[in-house]
Amino acid sequence: MKRLINLTPSRGGRWLLGLLPFLVVAMVYLSLSNARLAENPNDRLLPAPATMANTFYTMASEENQRTGQIVLWADTFASLERLLIGVAISALIGLSVGLINGGLPLIRAKFSPLVTVISLIPPMAILPILFIAFGTGEAAKIALIVIGVTPFLIRDLQGHALRLPDEQLIKAQTLGGNSWQVLTRVLLPQLTPRLLNATRLALGTAWLFLIAAEAIAAQEGLGYRIFLVRRYLSMDVILPYVAWITLLAFLLDQLLARTSRIAFPWYHAEEGDKP
Amino acid sequence: MSLLEAKRLEKHYGDHVVLERLDFRVEAGDFVTLVGASGCGKTTFLKMLLGTERISRGSLTLDQRPIPEEPGPDRGVVFQKYSVFPHLTVLGNVMIAEELSQSRWLGKSFGTARRQARDKAMARIEEVGLANALGKYPHELSGGMQQRLAIAQALMMRPRILLLDEPFGALDPGIRQDMHELILTLWKEQQLTIFMITHDLKEAFALGTRLWVFDKLRHDPQAPEAFGATITYDLPIGERQPPADLSARLSERGLKTLTQETLL
Ligand SMILES: Nc1ncnc2c1ncn2[C@@H]1O[C@H](COP(=O)(O)OP(=O)(O)OP(=O)(O)O)[C@@H](O)[C@H]1O
Ligand SMILES: [Mg+2]
Repeated sequence: MKRLINLTPSRGGRWLLGLLPFLVVAMVYLSLSNARLAENPNDRLLPAPATMANTFYTMASEENQRTGQIVLWADTFASLERLLIGVAISALIGLSVGLINGGLPLIRAKFSPLVTVISLIPPMAILPILFIAFGTGEAAKIALIVIGVTPFLIRDLQGHALRLPDEQLIKAQTLGGNSWQVLTRVLLPQLTPRLLNATRLALGTAWLFLIAAEAIAAQEGLGYRIFLVRRYLSMDVILPYVAWITLLAFLLDQLLARTSRIAFPWYHAEEGDKP
Repeated sequence: MSLLEAKRLEKHYGDHVVLERLDFRVEAGDFVTLVGASGCGKTTFLKMLLGTERISRGSLTLDQRPIPEEPGPDRGVVFQKYSVFPHLTVLGNVMIAEELSQSRWLGKSFGTARRQARDKAMARIEEVGLANALGKYPHELSGGMQQRLAIAQALMMRPRILLLDEPFGALDPGIRQDMHELILTLWKEQQLTIFMITHDLKEAFALGTRLWVFDKLRHDPQAPEAFGATITYDLPIGERQPPADLSARLSERGLKTLTQETLL
């Protein structure tokens, strides 16, 4: 008998094992929902799967009479746009500041404490300031994501740059590289895959801030919808929306993971990532 | 005029004296092999030549001028590890040397320049026998292949001084022999000055024109870090074969036990 740490599931088994917890959760939900609905057919708290599917289908296919838009898609596009713009800005700032901080000790000495302090500010606490400064439009929501995510990215990338073996920087210099070349040809290419993976971790935070901002002030968006229908106790909307957001988050995460594995195989070999 | 000259050179890390009383002259074209017990400061010495470790006391001059305090293209290096760029393929790792000097801003070249860089790199890669691994990343290479890649890379710049830190430690005897020949050819062709650390005394004799033995002259059992290692022997090597009575000769000259344990 092998040791427990050496036992790995087979390919098919992996899927099955991964699916199992989901099945268990579904079963528990079904039995609870059935029990409540048997007691009171109009119960709204744990709607039957069929009810949820119906509602979701309606939201995904029927135009809203007032706006002429299909609610689900309008919400999804609005939210994704904010999320992606916010994350893209954060990634860009994170990469450039992380690169410069990690590569140039003179700049790191000046900026590193500032970044550390900024990263400790709870972003939600300054949301009112953002609304005052940027109005309640898109800018404030994007700014919240940027403020929430960027410090983490900067610190992660800066740390990674500092952890790269000095030998590589020295090597580049003995090959005639100047500071700029060492930054762009040695540090930058090695920070890029790190950025993809740090962004994966930061996406959860980005969703959190997106939904929070949408809940407080928005006209459309996944978070806005959920908080809107909460008043009517419409669990048949909320639950499918949560599942939908989870699916979107999962797809984004996988997209980044796959891109990173295909584009930067050496990075994953170095990190010792297992499939 | 000596190429390199050290006077009362010392290196400390805090209270820990690693190297002391280093006095030497090295002429252009010398091939110095360095041996000594593990942890006695050979790598530290190489780093001082490289300009990445500061000199604690004394002087170290290159062409009568204090050695630059940062690495430059005149001093090539192959480290014990981490010597190649993990994000570049074999070809990319060797080409980058040429590209960095061709294009000051991008560090990448295109068109004719790129083809030239490629051809030059290919020649080096063939010399070290990696021609069939061009597109592989370092993590797909064995330790020995990585080391050969590092040598090819270091030689692209045609440095005046080449610093090698146990470059062949991970190679099997056959390839090691090939690498010896390669290094000797390049050394003669390019009039290199080479410093090579090794744990293999045979190799040290086979390659070098001078053998330096690093060891402690003074030892305080109460404070093992109070005294550093120095060059205890500076042997000119005439013949290309290690003399048969080598170990006897070394111990006759009173070679310290530490070195004997690790070397002989
Ligand atoms: N950055 C550092 N800070 C403090 N002490 C150091 C540092 N680098 C090296 N040393 C010490 O200096 C001594 C010499 O180290 P060095 O790496 O030069 O040994 P070495 O002769 O190359 O050994 P090996 O043959 O095992 O490679 C060691 O005792 C080590 O503990
Ligand atoms: Mg060493």
